[in-house]
Amino acid sequence: MTGNFDPGQKDHLVSALVRDEPRVLTRITSLFGRRGYNIRSLSVGSTEHPGLSRMTFVVTGDRGVVEQAMRQLEKLHDVVKIIDHSLEKFVDRELVLVKVAITPESRVEVRQIAEDFRARIVDVGRHALTFEVTGDEGKITAFIEQMRSFGIIETMRTGRVALTRGSNADIPSHVYHEGETETLRPVVEAAEPRETKAGGVPNLF
Amino acid sequence: MTQTELTGAKALWATLSAHGITTVFGYPGGAIMPVYDALTFYPEVRHVLARHEQGAIHAAEGWAKATGEIGVCLATSGPGATNLVTGLADAMLDSVPILAITGNVARHLMGTDAFQEADITGITLPITKHNYVVRDVEELPRVIAEAIRIARSGRPGPVLVDIPKDIQLAPYHGEITAPHARPEIPAPKPEAIEKARELLQDAKKPVIMVGGGSLDAAAEITALARAWDIPVITTLMGLGSFPSSDPLWLGMPGMHGSVAANRAISEADVLLGIGLRFDDRVTGRVNGFAPNASIIHVDLDAAEIGKIVRTHVPVRGDARVAAQMLAEGAQKLDLPEWREKIAEWKTRTQEPDHWGAGYAVKAVVDRLRPDDILSSDVGQHQMLAAQLARFERPRRWINSGGLGTMGFGFPAAIGAGMAEPGVRSIVIAGDGGFQMTAQELATLKKYDVRNVKICIINNSFLGMVRQWQELFHEKRYSEVYLGDSNPDFLKLADAYGVPAYRADCAEELPEAIDAWLNDPKSSLLEIVVPNEHGVFPMVPSGASLSEMIETEPPRPTPGIEKNTAAEEAKNA
Ligand SMILES: Cc1ncc(C[n+]2csc(CCOP(=O)(O)OP(=O)(O)O)c2C)c(N)n1
Repeated sequence: MTGNFDPGQKDHLVSALVRDEPRVLTRITSLFGRRGYNIRSLSVGSTEHPGLSRMTFVVTGDRGVVEQAMRQLEKLHDVVKIIDHSLEKFVDRELVLVKVAITPESRVEVRQIAEDFRARIVDVGRHALTFEVTGDEGKITAFIEQMRSFGIIETMRTGRVALTRGSNADIPSHVYHEGETETLRPVVEAAEPRETKAGGVPNLF
Repeated sequence: MTQTELTGAKALWATLSAHGITTVFGYPGGAIMPVYDALTFYPEVRHVLARHEQGAIHAAEGWAKATGEIGVCLATSGPGATNLVTGLADAMLDSVPILAITGNVARHLMGTDAFQEADITGITLPITKHNYVVRDVEELPRVIAEAIRIARSGRPGPVLVDIPKDIQLAPYHGEITAPHARPEIPAPKPEAIEKARELLQDAKKPVIMVGGGSLDAAAEITALARAWDIPVITTLMGLGSFPSSDPLWLGMPGMHGSVAANRAISEADVLLGIGLRFDDRVTGRVNGFAPNASIIHVDLDAAEIGKIVRTHVPVRGDARVAAQMLAEGAQKLDLPEWREKIAEWKTRTQEPDHWGAGYAVKAVVDRLRPDDILSSDVGQHQMLAAQLARFERPRRWINSGGLGTMGFGFPAAIGAGMAEPGVRSIVIAGDGGFQMTAQELATLKKYDVRNVKICIINNSFLGMVRQWQELFHEKRYSEVYLGDSNPDFLKLADAYGVPAYRADCAEELPEAIDAWLNDPKSSLLEIVVPNEHGVFPMVPSGASLSEMIETEPPRPTPGIEKNTAAEEAKNA
């Protein structure tokens, strides 16, 4: 890949609105895999529109690599819209379950730290407490670091989810693609943005 | 028959018919039998029975490449479907609009490893533009209509629709879906065009390079080049997008490109690329490609822009519109020095003057008429044909560029010949590749196709591999000798009822070519050539275009003797 882009390796937080059809996930992940792009985290869920799902993934690479990945993605018929949040103001959250080993001595201290992080206890065992923490990546990483000294038994993270800030519905200045408005099932109108885009589509073209 | 009596299978044919599809290439089997049964009710659609599904899909590709319209092929589940894989990958890389329809086991059996079940949508996921499994009969016509639209729109490509057997049999109650309008291709941004124009205006050493995405913009590109008076290079896929007879034409770039094309790229200060994807066979070592040039890249596929080479002015949009916009207000550039250089490079071409594959290929392509379709297989003969044939218009040159698929040429020539029964469809193949799909001789016979002219350049070797072994593996000819086991091609043709001719030396060639071309039926010509013949110029793989080897290096045994290498290989 030789692109005329800045070279810095960086995490890019990308959302894709995709049609809810079989193999969508395979199509997208196989595209990434074949071209050698690594997905650091991936979360998928349904949206307010029936027939449309939203995926959020974190890809690492320079801007050129990520742009190329996005442009390959936008060609997929299942992909209705792609947004690179890294170029925007956005809110993002991740949920993690952390099982921390406790002893009678450490118990109180562990609970205290968890309170500071507003972590909720979701399971209480004789030798372990399981916490649920929601927050941005920094907060979660900090929580895990704090708990490390007590002994982390296991963790499970959901992967990040993100939305553009503000009252618009996903109208960042850098929407890569808006797909055609026709599908097999009448879910399509839903894929249309509800307000006009600010700033217009791809800067480059 | 009323609409309410339709089945899925009948709805399929009715939909294809509504989309103007007249010919389908295919091969039957258990899981697609309801579709074949329903075919008997739709005499307006011609089904061409190939002898292998690979033959069917390459024929569909030949049809599509010659006409620019969608090619359709049909196969059963499991082995039938997997036999389409090579053709799908080929169509994907060469952006050929293909609709592939496969049968599958009934829905309740899917996923159970049932007899002849293969997960064809899973298998073909990375080599199709999109694919479907039809799970509801009422959706079938809409899926087909949408598949056709996806295959043809934007950058064309293959789309596969997998239809379970019970869906084919199920009653269908809906309407038959009519064709979709093709979505409009975005117009290039005026700012981008303006920037490109500025670069061209100030250029001292400009060159235009056009690829397979330019085939339908040939007229506009020709006008553009002439308006600015800028030389034009056509890639393997773009041959015919600019008339070879025009003095501005420099030939083909890349590994076996012309001296003029490769030198011009290496020295250019502005390179205007239109509808091409900078394949590594074209660029050579990427960071040595057009090292001094500002690159303007026109492409409708945004993902192609900046994918391989750095791009200074990206122009996204239709090649026709972009070329038109760029031609507006153009003034001929006054560049005497650049012209002089180019004129000198253009003299550095080698006309094959002694007996060999190049000589034979030239003798054949010199006989091409402007409307003739020339299809080629893959190997030395392909590169020789690309170097030596002259094309005045697009869609007359059909070959497997991106995937380099041996076995492609002959069935593609059948498809093209069926699409345009009024023109000659000539195929040049090697003795190796021809045998990969030789059974399609039966298709010629069955349909009494009269305009397909097969030419086999028989060098007793997998020539292109042998050339690499000669150059890069110290002549260790590992597993590339065919001469001891090739069939008698004349007898093979005769077995299928196809008339055949042979030339063994230069002297016999003119007469043999005449007899072959004048035969009113489809016919075969075998040209037996000396075997150690290389294709030059050549840019060694991994080198940059400026490191091109212009002429064939001298051989230890001077003069190419007939069958020397064959004898050596036999005695080894
Ligand atoms: C299906 C397939 N298998 C293998 C190759 C690798 N390959 C490229 S050229 C070539 C030799 C072709 O030999 P032949 O058909 O006799 O043509 P020639 O080069 O001698 O003109 C081979 C084996 C290929 N391109 N396609």
